[in-house]
Amino acid sequence: MTRHTLSVLVEDKPGVLTRVASLFARRAFNINSLAVGPTEIPGMSRMTVVVDADGDLIEQVTKQLNKLVNVIKIVELTSEFSVQRDHILVKVRADAATRLQVTQAADLFRAAVVDVSTDSLVLEATGTPEKLAALLSVLEPFGIREIVQSGTLAVGRGSRSMSDRALRSA
Amino acid sequence: MSKGSPISPSLMAAKSAGAQKAPEKVDRTAESVAVDAAAAPLSPVLGPNNVVPPTVMTGSQAIVRSLEELGVDDIFGLPGGAILPTYDPLMASSMNHILVRHEQGAGHAAQGYAMVTGRVGVCIATSGPGATNLVTSIMDAHMDSVPMVAITGQVASGVIGTDAFQEADIVGITMPITKHSFLVTDPNDIPHVMAEAFHLASTGRPGPVLVDIAKDAQVGQMTFSWPPKIDLPGYRPVVRGHNKQVREAAKLIAASRKPVLYVGGGVVKAHASAELMELALATGAPVVTTLMARGAFPDSHPQHVGMPGMHGSVSAVTALQQADLLITLGARFDDRVTGVLKTFAPYAKVIHADIDPAEISKNRTADVPIVGSVKEIIPELTEAVKTQFEQSGTPDLGSWWAFLGNLRDTYPLGWTEPEDGLTAPQRVISRIGELTGPEGIYVAGVGQHQMWAAQFVKYERPHAWLNSGGAGTMGYAVPAAMGAKVGAPDRVVWAIDGDGCFQMTNQELATCAINNIPIKVAIINNSSLGMVRQWQTLFYEGRYSNTDLNTGHDTVRIPDFVKLADAYGCAALRCERDEDIDATIQKALEINDRPVVIDFVVSPNSMVWPMVPSGVSNDQIQVARNMTPVWEEED
Repeated sequence: MTRHTLSVLVEDKPGVLTRVASLFARRAFNINSLAVGPTEIPGMSRMTVVVDADGDLIEQVTKQLNKLVNVIKIVELTSEFSVQRDHILVKVRADAATRLQVTQAADLFRAAVVDVSTDSLVLEATGTPEKLAALLSVLEPFGIREIVQSGTLAVGRGSRSMSDRALRSA
Repeated sequence: MSKGSPISPSLMAAKSAGAQKAPEKVDRTAESVAVDAAAAPLSPVLGPNNVVPPTVMTGSQAIVRSLEELGVDDIFGLPGGAILPTYDPLMASSMNHILVRHEQGAGHAAQGYAMVTGRVGVCIATSGPGATNLVTSIMDAHMDSVPMVAITGQVASGVIGTDAFQEADIVGITMPITKHSFLVTDPNDIPHVMAEAFHLASTGRPGPVLVDIAKDAQVGQMTFSWPPKIDLPGYRPVVRGHNKQVREAAKLIAASRKPVLYVGGGVVKAHASAELMELALATGAPVVTTLMARGAFPDSHPQHVGMPGMHGSVSAVTALQQADLLITLGARFDDRVTGVLKTFAPYAKVIHADIDPAEISKNRTADVPIVGSVKEIIPELTEAVKTQFEQSGTPDLGSWWAFLGNLRDTYPLGWTEPEDGLTAPQRVISRIGELTGPEGIYVAGVGQHQMWAAQFVKYERPHAWLNSGGAGTMGYAVPAAMGAKVGAPDRVVWAIDGDGCFQMTNQELATCAINNIPIKVAIINNSSLGMVRQWQTLFYEGRYSNTDLNTGHDTVRIPDFVKLADAYGCAALRCERDEDIDATIQKALEINDRPVVIDFVVSPNSMVWPMVPSGVSNDQIQVARNMTPVWEEED
């Protein structure tokens, strides 16, 4: 099984997230992460879906997704030709004794401190899942209180736009 | 430069600009639909596209007006609180609304209507339980790709989500079993949603579309104009097959010495029987017609080798197993056809033509996939085959035909007389077909009688055989036959039903009697859930757990089907002896002023053969219990 990142351009209609999620559930496809948000075009949303599947299954996933009437277009983004980022908020134990060490570690990963209290810090970081995993392993010894992580966001490299092309063909 | 790569070229084609399938003009018969559809690349809005200038009306009036403008003539439904506003203007409409006795019946009737006419079947129900009663028929239509629009009332938008009286999230409930669904809360959306629903249901791979309309949207004022604009940017079914793929397919056909045309229900849906005949004649290849495709190719034609699958004929099953090429047209490699998938047609390359790209390589990988309507693909393939044969010679299928012809002669479909002295159910069904003829419409329930009706009625034309194939819905026959008779009033319509199935939906006999829909129901009464009983005989040492229905010979006969039919205002007949079969059928054929119900009392011990037991390869087909064909005859 390999990891695939699908960018799915959808109409921003009620129930579209349910349609996509329930399709994955009933066809027994596993979603690794899912991120949804508006796009530069009013009325269009874009979902980034990360799935673990082998070649035949990913083809079946995309074909079934394409059958959904609200789905406009699907593109698979490979790591080589796309930028893929997760976003993370981490609450770490940090008192007067350890605060400096924690902020230095955060600096190495270009993580920002977004909240400070007497015994904790909240760090914000963006990066590939691998980079964020590395950050977490460095923070682990200090004591991680909470992790909140987004689904992966991905966009193709270069000037071309997925939604441009989708709408031109429409 | 972005390197976002499309997943699959065939798939992306499905979402890029492609010719929209021409809307099917309204007409009573399936044949004329096909002709019109080919001739007129018109608006995606069904119906005559009359121009209606902006007119203020209620949402309910807009629903009825939209249905009229879409060319709808007949609707099956049952009112209730949340759909009540719409039933008021419906009373004044020229459309024929048929009041059913259970919403499931409305759904199956819409299916039967759609299957014989090729038009969209329409059913209406109220919110909550009314809508959930439609669920089985929506699922049935989804599995068998039947064009259907289901309209349901919904509680007022302000109370959606509050567990209001008769509230059910029917859009959510039916999401996995509809082609698409709409929830309408603004009356101004009604015209375009209705047009979109009919467009979706009838084009591409047909299927059921649900339109759930909140009560306040029915009551509210709106401005109606026609035709509306259809806005479905994500829906562009591909109709024309890719030229290069068609040529590749022709090359494979020219190189094949053991080809089989594996024909599915898509050929019936696409009205492509005439085109199929041309291809069959051009290739000289044997033709198998699946359960959903019975009649797509005439049974009497010498190239027809039978129905494949779990209860298929030896010649058809073996043709697929031994083939070196499957020319798959509008079929989907269903498990009832393939048996254990990895042992299915092990020597065959696969050409797979289907309008739904997701069916291609879903179960069996296609060597040559062709996405498009078989209506368009088959004629192109025929031309390509002719050209290819001119270049590389017509392949010699002589030894292939000798092999299959021998199997067909050695293992014809047949039955043994029951040892209990009761009538063989196969004889009854066979005689119904012979005495009624190929213009009849035969609608089956699900189980043994369904298989026998598929085997022993001889189908010579499409749109003559209706059944619940994918879903296997017991209770399909009576309401679907009712819908079929409404759609084709001049044809004889038989519901060939089981005593178990019949008891699930027979209340629609009241609908038939009161609305003068004279269907004929043949209950193949073996006093049991026959197919389940057959499996208990074969696989559970004859332990008949909960399959005895006590309706037949030597039982308490509850219910007495003759009395029940009589109570419903139908002509009621009973036939218990072989010598009475023909006379009883003849009598039923002569009664056309009301529905006829015949209680054919038959043996509970008859079994459906041949059979491929579940979980084994099709090579293990049995022609009778523990009897496999003699394979030494090969070569």
